[in-house]
Amino acid sequence: MTDMKLTKAINDCIERREKAFVPYIMAGDDGLETLKKNILFLQEAGVTAIEIGIPFSDPVADGPVIQEAGERALAHGVTLRNVLKELASFNKEVTIPLVIMTYLNPILRYGIDEFIKDCGDSGIDGLIIPDLPLEESALLRDSLVGSGIALIPLVSLTSPPDRIRKITAKGEGFIYAVTVNGITGVRDGFDDDLAAHFERLKAVSPVPVLAGFGISTPEQVRTIGALADGVIVGSAIVDAFHRKDLQAVEALVKA
Amino acid sequence: MVKEASLTQSNGVGRYGKFGGQFVPETLMTALIELEEAYDGAMADSTFVDEVNYYLKDYVGRENPLYFAEKLTKSAGGAKIYLKREDLNHTGAHKINNSLGQALLAVRMGKKKIVAETGAGQHGVATATACALFGLDCVIFMGAEDIRRQELNVFRMELLGAKVVSVNKGAATLKDAVNEALRYWVANVEDTHYILGSALGPHPFPKIVRDFQRVIGVETRRQIMEKEERLPDAIVACIGGGSNAIGMFHPFLDDEDVALYGVEAAGSGIETGLHAAAIADGKEGVLHGAYMYVLQDDDGFIQEAHSISAGLDYPAVGPEHCHLHDIGRVKYTSVTDAGALEGLQLLARTEGIIPALESAHAVKFAVELAKDMAKEEILVICLSGRGDKDVQTVRNALGGGLND
Ligand SMILES: Cc1ncc(COP(=O)(O)O)c(C=O)c1O
Repeated sequence: MTDMKLTKAINDCIERREKAFVPYIMAGDDGLETLKKNILFLQEAGVTAIEIGIPFSDPVADGPVIQEAGERALAHGVTLRNVLKELASFNKEVTIPLVIMTYLNPILRYGIDEFIKDCGDSGIDGLIIPDLPLEESALLRDSLVGSGIALIPLVSLTSPPDRIRKITAKGEGFIYAVTVNGITGVRDGFDDDLAAHFERLKAVSPVPVLAGFGISTPEQVRTIGALADGVIVGSAIVDAFHRKDLQAVEALVKA
Repeated sequence: MVKEASLTQSNGVGRYGKFGGQFVPETLMTALIELEEAYDGAMADSTFVDEVNYYLKDYVGRENPLYFAEKLTKSAGGAKIYLKREDLNHTGAHKINNSLGQALLAVRMGKKKIVAETGAGQHGVATATACALFGLDCVIFMGAEDIRRQELNVFRMELLGAKVVSVNKGAATLKDAVNEALRYWVANVEDTHYILGSALGPHPFPKIVRDFQRVIGVETRRQIMEKEERLPDAIVACIGGGSNAIGMFHPFLDDEDVALYGVEAAGSGIETGLHAAAIADGKEGVLHGAYMYVLQDDDGFIQEAHSISAGLDYPAVGPEHCHLHDIGRVKYTSVTDAGALEGLQLLARTEGIIPALESAHAVKFAVELAKDMAKEEILVICLSGRGDKDVQTVRNALGGGLND
């Protein structure tokens, strides 16, 4: 499991004494043709991996910035199916790991086995499914065995210690540690106990721990990044791409 | 599609056959586990149960009548029709049964803040009422379109001290209000309880809501035995998320001679695609934490529901109903907007009772069903609510006048 491409990419960062940086982009925000451009730009900028969000009609785990990006993508006709197809078309140019973040229902409609097969063809290395907690994860986990695709679990600030142990024990790729109670989005401050939370998490997790939700400035990338093995930045990246402010994207990556 | 085995075999809890489960963000899982523990503890504690029953009796006004609708029976010309009068409850619908129970549960759990969604505003009003009674802070999310349709209910909630937040996303109806309420709950989970308004959502909500609504069926059973010394031949209830229906049906599930009918909203007609009939036209999928029949497109995006009645305007049906459909215990059918308007006017003219537009769907189907039944047979309609809130909508739909 630890030899998964995703885990290896993050561990390579850790060995170089660097922090992993994983940006989140909304697939097909401003049209599906932006996907390739944005992925290659981020790869060039030196990100560790990319989390590709699939738009959904009812994104209950997302804040306003990602909701609006999702609405724009939906208006461009973006679906899980056409994103995977688009990714397959330039797969060979991508060397860094790619992670798909989607709500569960589009996968169910796609058909679990067909979806996993197409993920393989599109070079997907991991899945983040915000509405698939540990209790329900067997639904996908069994079908993923042998695919080389990691089912990345989320751990929240509300998860008690024994639950964290159960979740991390099945962790693949990395642990997505949610840094706030709430949805994705831009935030000013974080809980003071965050350092202790990450200490406990890293102590039990067999895979690297990345922090995400609410990390939106280069300074937050540094301070939160210092606690974890790396960070995931969503809304701030989505917003910068939408404003076509590539400098802001680079400032976050290089933070 | 989804392998049935993998769904039933997943170690998830709260399944009705393959339906139900807990498809929610991790941040909510601990709250759901705590809620289930608190709920089981409360129901095993006779002081809690007595307290719920005390308020149901002296505050809500239960038990409400099982009324023999003689004039409606004559007009239909078939089975004897009885009405279970949930419309006579305080706040005008069955929703208060659940809101009161859950508010007392929140008090017991030490949570001082309540969030809820509302469609027609009935659940919002019921929840705002329970919060006023027990001194809880109350935030209600409501779609902007529903706020327009149910203006007076918004003011009622505000009078009761609740904060009503308008939701402008999507079609700005019930589904969008649930999305916002869930987001709010995720952000405030540590001090807030979510009073979900129908037999929907992640486990344990479908069970909690059903249990608090079971009083409808339990009373009906006792009352019909008193009046007729036998069980009814058929029971009809409307289905939004399915709370009044499951509360009515549940105590009769083992009585195989009692035919049970759930009536979905067919909106402009199933064939038009503009409806809210998830059992008739939906596919299996996940929405708001549960595996159910859901109106969705081929890409798995959830579709908007359409119904003249805001309380039925939801693109899925609670998980227990999905299971009862699959095993054939309950028959699910549907009535259009036009049919509901007919049902509403018929009951108003024959019995002097203006039903809620939601309940009018059940009335319309029940009258058709009664016609095909023998005069000795007995049919019960769950009259889930009264129509005061809908008078404006009905007037607009009838073009400002009456279709005499
Ligand atoms: C009077 C009335 N009946 C029925 C419903 C539908 O909900 P459910 O299917 O949960 O009973 C509503 C919802 O607002 C309602 O107000």
